[in-house]
Amino acid sequence: MSDRPFDLVVIGGGPAGLAAASQARQLGLSVALVDEQPAPGGQIYRAVERAEAEGRATALGEDYRHGLGLVRAFHECGATLFASHQAWQVEPGGRVFATDGKASRLIEGRRVLVAVGAIERPVPIRGWTLPGVMSVGAAQILHKTIGLVPDAGVWIAGSGPLTLHFAAEIVAAGGRIAGILDTAHGRLPETALRHLGGVVRGWRYVARGLGYLARLRMADVRRVSGVENVEALGEGRVERVRWRSGGQWQEAPASGLLLHEGVVPNTHMTMAIGCAHDWDEAQKCFRPRTDRFGMTDVEAILVAGDCGSIGGARVAECRGRLAALGAAASLGVISAAERDRLAGPVEAEVSAHGALRGFLDDLYAPAAELCVPPDDVMVCRCEGITAGRIREAASLGCRGPNQVKSFTRCGMGPCQGRMCGPTVTATLAAALGMTPQEVGAFRIRPPLKPLRLGELAALADAEAGE
Amino acid sequence: MIREADAIVVGGGLHGCSAALQLALRGLRVVVLERRHVGRHASGINAGGVRTLGRDLAEVPLSVLGMAYWHRLSELVGDDGGFTPCGQVKVAETHDELAGLEKRALAVRSLGMEHERVIDGDELRRRVPAIASHCVGAMVVDGDGAADPYRATSAFAARARSAGAQILEGEGVVGLERQPGGWLVVGERGRYRAPVVVNAAGAWAGRMASLAGDEFPLKTRASMMLVTERMPPFVEPVVGSVGRALSFKQSSAGTVIIGGGQQGRADLDREQAWVNVANLARSARAAAALFPVIRQARIVRSWCGIEAETPDRIPIIDHSPRAPGIVHVFGFSGHGFQLGPVCGVAVADLVTRGSTTLPIAPFSARRFAAAAKAA
Repeated sequence: MSDRPFDLVVIGGGPAGLAAASQARQLGLSVALVDEQPAPGGQIYRAVERAEAEGRATALGEDYRHGLGLVRAFHECGATLFASHQAWQVEPGGRVFATDGKASRLIEGRRVLVAVGAIERPVPIRGWTLPGVMSVGAAQILHKTIGLVPDAGVWIAGSGPLTLHFAAEIVAAGGRIAGILDTAHGRLPETALRHLGGVVRGWRYVARGLGYLARLRMADVRRVSGVENVEALGEGRVERVRWRSGGQWQEAPASGLLLHEGVVPNTHMTMAIGCAHDWDEAQKCFRPRTDRFGMTDVEAILVAGDCGSIGGARVAECRGRLAALGAAASLGVISAAERDRLAGPVEAEVSAHGALRGFLDDLYAPAAELCVPPDDVMVCRCEGITAGRIREAASLGCRGPNQVKSFTRCGMGPCQGRMCGPTVTATLAAALGMTPQEVGAFRIRPPLKPLRLGELAALADAEAGE
Repeated sequence: MIREADAIVVGGGLHGCSAALQLALRGLRVVVLERRHVGRHASGINAGGVRTLGRDLAEVPLSVLGMAYWHRLSELVGDDGGFTPCGQVKVAETHDELAGLEKRALAVRSLGMEHERVIDGDELRRRVPAIASHCVGAMVVDGDGAADPYRATSAFAARARSAGAQILEGEGVVGLERQPGGWLVVGERGRYRAPVVVNAAGAWAGRMASLAGDEFPLKTRASMMLVTERMPPFVEPVVGSVGRALSFKQSSAGTVIIGGGQQGRADLDREQAWVNVANLARSARAAAALFPVIRQARIVRSWCGIEAETPDRIPIIDHSPRAPGIVHVFGFSGHGFQLGPVCGVAVADLVTRGSTTLPIAPFSARRFAAAAKAA
């Protein structure tokens, strides 16, 4: 049933996972990489080899092409790749269960590195469940994988680097969009001044952001700033979008609406494993507690990249390398002194690439109404639970998300609260006058990915000799 | 300050809340001490089967009497707890298994009870059209069914509160002291005194018993369950199996809940339990053997409920053998949900009258005397 045990099993083939695998191989560890996509790259470098082969990678930008180097180094490093495999359970001690969609297998590691990246922060606005409304991240996947470009009636609403990046990407690909509703409420000049040191050190990133803005202006893309209370309206699908700016309500026809309010660590796996998590007030999310090498409080489990803390692709890459050093040292392959010597320059790189983080967190902090939506707004799409129902459960004595789940079925659907979890925690905390840390998060149970019963039964079929 | 009561119930699960309700209805001042929240562990997250079928013969009389409470749950607690009398079916896959069921039905009839009935393959397929074609027959109980465990437990808690019981959530018990005329219970936040303490602490009941000086040879069960996505209705009764550890039920929401007692791993100190994938796979395989259609269903979640298990896998419902004023009700060994309502009455009898006419003789605390050490 089991493949041979590896020194390190890496889950996730984005920048953190790829860099960790290559680094660990360099140190002499045997490595397996489990990735749900058919080819390595993660979200940020998704399908980068194919895009390069088809001549589309350059249009997708220099940053995107940076991923090619990572992917090529990975292919040459001698790690075993389990592509198109979804890891759906990690048992403490290093047993990873993954499925290829037909049958599950056990992949054992002496150390396991969780590098599953970020997920988009939920954007519970009025009408977000209407067909035609999707996340910017989902739209970008469609663009990167099949070259789909939104039509001219599509609005983008939200904040964060990805909204600008994606809009610029669409314009560069010859597409048109109806406009951008910018919900960032941090004001650029003031916020920049507050984080002057970081802005100066992170000037390359600032320059890139300004470049996106310039490109969008040149393409004459409408951009509305200071936007609040975005709503999707329509019968059966989104037909209009409504928002408030400068105290005035405005409305426009829309054939689609793409939402994005930044990303948060994907903590489903580390929560299911039972790692300790802390609430990060700056980024308004939970993240696993780790040391500088990504070691969690659970034996044999490490974390790297955006699933540990949002830092972006280049920081994730560095964190992957640091985690590989940590794993190698904990296995006794290198000494602690050697680990620290190798870590020095990598940590310097982290600090250079991460210089802008405080500025971005501040500028793009999500609006309060998005974290704690009004009563009539849908929070859990799977079970049809509104923010009002959550407050009602709180008033009936529910002190935490898991009680709310038992009470209302909120978070019991197929996504296991992936979409509604952060909103439930924040709404409950506000209603109870507690901190998110005190309120806690949904308990996450296996399987972490949708798994057909037959795929699970296959483990026992194998045991029974079928 | 010490809070005085007539009875203190330790544990806010179904058994604790049911006992509290019955005691409150008899006019006692009752305090329930629940370390987390009502229904946090096995009571709130079990598979919800309400079953007389196939029980240990020692449990059959109490279980059959207990069924009446489920059928009239609304009258008792003001809510039906999601109970539906959809029937329970225990499937035989071979003629040997079917012969075993016939023998079992005879044994139950010799106790004077007629609720279990054996049916043939045709009748089985009429009742459960989705059952695998190789199945040859089954035992059925028509009045059995299933309920929503969290809802049922919450309903008992709510009704107990309205009858005057105080249920203190977030109050764990850390100490127990014998005092003249009763017990002082030391909680994390407060102190409570009463002539009687009911130990309904579920998986932790052994520890509670130790505080009173009783040692029982208990193990901890961590029975696993999984639930699938919603499916169109395809099976009405709860289905079990003679030869496999399985319970299989489609909820009114359309999700399918698969249990049957495969074990995960429990940690009483951390109050947590973890799924064991290899064992869970056996449950999945058992379900797929009886319902081939289920192989395609997506699993949404799996979890474990933790519970105390006795050596003979039937509960302890009795006065403490050596600590006057302590009443034990625990050790249901993974099948205590159906007994919750009736056990509340039995416990209230033990507390208020010293004895009960309900058939709980087999659940004596003294049967483990040989294994118990002196207090």
